[in-house]
Amino acid sequence: MTDVAYIDHALRSARPQAVGALLRYFRDLDRAEEAFQEASLRALKNWPVNGPPRDPVAWLVLVGRNVGLDAVRRGKRSEPPPAEDAISNFDDAEADMAERLDNSHYRDDVLRLLFICCHPDLPAVQQIVLALRVVSGLTVKEIARAFLVSESAMEQRITRAKSRVAQAEVPFETPGAAERAERLGAVAAMVYLIFNEGYSASGGQAHMRVSLCEEAIRLSRLLLTLFPSEPEIMGLMALVLLQHARTPARLDADSAIILLDDQDRSLWNRDMIAEGLALIEKALRHREPGSYQIQAAIAGVHAQAARPEDTDWSEIDQLYGALERLQPSPVVTLNRAVAVSKARGPEAALAMIEPLAAPLGAYFHFFGVKGGLLMQLGRAEEARVAFDHAIALARTPAEAAHIRLHLDRLMKEGQTPEKKVGQDVGIPRPRSSSV
Amino acid sequence: MLYAFLCCHDEAIVNSWTKEEDDAVLAKRHKVTEKLAARGKLGPAVRLMPTTATTTVRMGREPVVLDGPFTETKEALLGFYLIDCDSLEEAIETAKQIGQDENVTFEIRPVRLFLPQGKAS
Repeated sequence: MTDVAYIDHALRSARPQAVGALLRYFRDLDRAEEAFQEASLRALKNWPVNGPPRDPVAWLVLVGRNVGLDAVRRGKRSEPPPAEDAISNFDDAEADMAERLDNSHYRDDVLRLLFICCHPDLPAVQQIVLALRVVSGLTVKEIARAFLVSESAMEQRITRAKSRVAQAEVPFETPGAAERAERLGAVAAMVYLIFNEGYSASGGQAHMRVSLCEEAIRLSRLLLTLFPSEPEIMGLMALVLLQHARTPARLDADSAIILLDDQDRSLWNRDMIAEGLALIEKALRHREPGSYQIQAAIAGVHAQAARPEDTDWSEIDQLYGALERLQPSPVVTLNRAVAVSKARGPEAALAMIEPLAAPLGAYFHFFGVKGGLLMQLGRAEEARVAFDHAIALARTPAEAAHIRLHLDRLMKEGQTPEKKVGQDVGIPRPRSSSV
Repeated sequence: MLYAFLCCHDEAIVNSWTKEEDDAVLAKRHKVTEKLAARGKLGPAVRLMPTTATTTVRMGREPVVLDGPFTETKEALLGFYLIDCDSLEEAIETAKQIGQDENVTFEIRPVRLFLPQGKAS
């Protein structure tokens, strides 16, 4: 690995901690980002000459803080002086720097930085975009490409989101235990949204945007490093690893969806599966079940089946049952119905999803599953109607193409019962608002 | 003398490698280790899962089970090699070869007891 590549990785992985710490000093997101940017430029000049520092984060925070303070001092001559409290903050910062910057310090800094992006006024997609820009440091161009909008449109969106966040009162004191737990929950949900955005795109041509998934994995890992004994964060990490492990097998060469049953399981990433299973095991020891842990356990059951017919569907049925109790939702019930159809047959599953018609009347997967179950029962005409609904609700060409495949089968096979359920069994996807 | 080469690295950086970059590092190392293997000098090599998968058991009057690695250092133990070297000099030289062009740290520790089958001798 060349020096430049090394520095690049070091800057990228130091970013959340460093920007988070700089935000604590400056209490201004733009200033913190600019200071980090300037510190990064100096690192690119300095590190190849003097060698990389032992602690890149501390180096970047120190340099960024000095650069930022210089900018503030220069600005003083032409601009009105900063507010009283801002000045005293800088004095605090001096004292802070004397302390050793340790992980527990970064923990609250990184959490605060992520938490700012989860501002409740921001629609889900804005939260994701802001986190990718501010925390992960993706360029506007990269984010625009992932969301299939122009660079200038994305720039505007980020600017708007930032000004919204700037008006919010974010407390800078070290949070108490309850507040920390609350922030962590909100942040975990946002990381999961990022993963879902990559796992199953809410629009556009690219069905999966792998880089978003990888970013979510990186953020989960960061959270778990900072909160090593939180079982739900272990669950989140396990969940994203186990889902992402299937990525190489999820689409064929023409970007068509391959159902779980039809996937080439030798393509699944064994390292990710092993790590995910290890984390589930660790999390279970805490005996504090949570939705990420259960969802990870479900993904884990799939991952452990060498062939589709080896899947322990009654275990999955039970896990979805536990998830329903913990977090009642029609989407969870729908997913459970898929497990029920495998464990107890399509009739039982169909009865289970009948009451979901109202809450899920605009949900692609509802009609996909319903059509699949009807097809299995040989009720071709009703299946066709359900599939037509699904196509109308499809958000990506791959989803629509997948349902058309079922319709074609129906046409060809006439009344012959089908054995497959038309659903890529996956996570109950929280519905994100459109961009 | 048998030496353990403990590979210590900034985990955040290793985790940010792409699969291609990771593969490139392994391929580069393999060129060195296959020569050692051909000479019968290479013992087992281990790559550990990230420290986030670690559980620590601290024995005392009551054993304490903790999540995470024992120490919270920047550079974590990510794996190790066991290599038969004639001298510390040779071990240091070998470490330099395996880690060439990387920012890895090797902690070289002479092995006191080696039980490949885990049997008590």
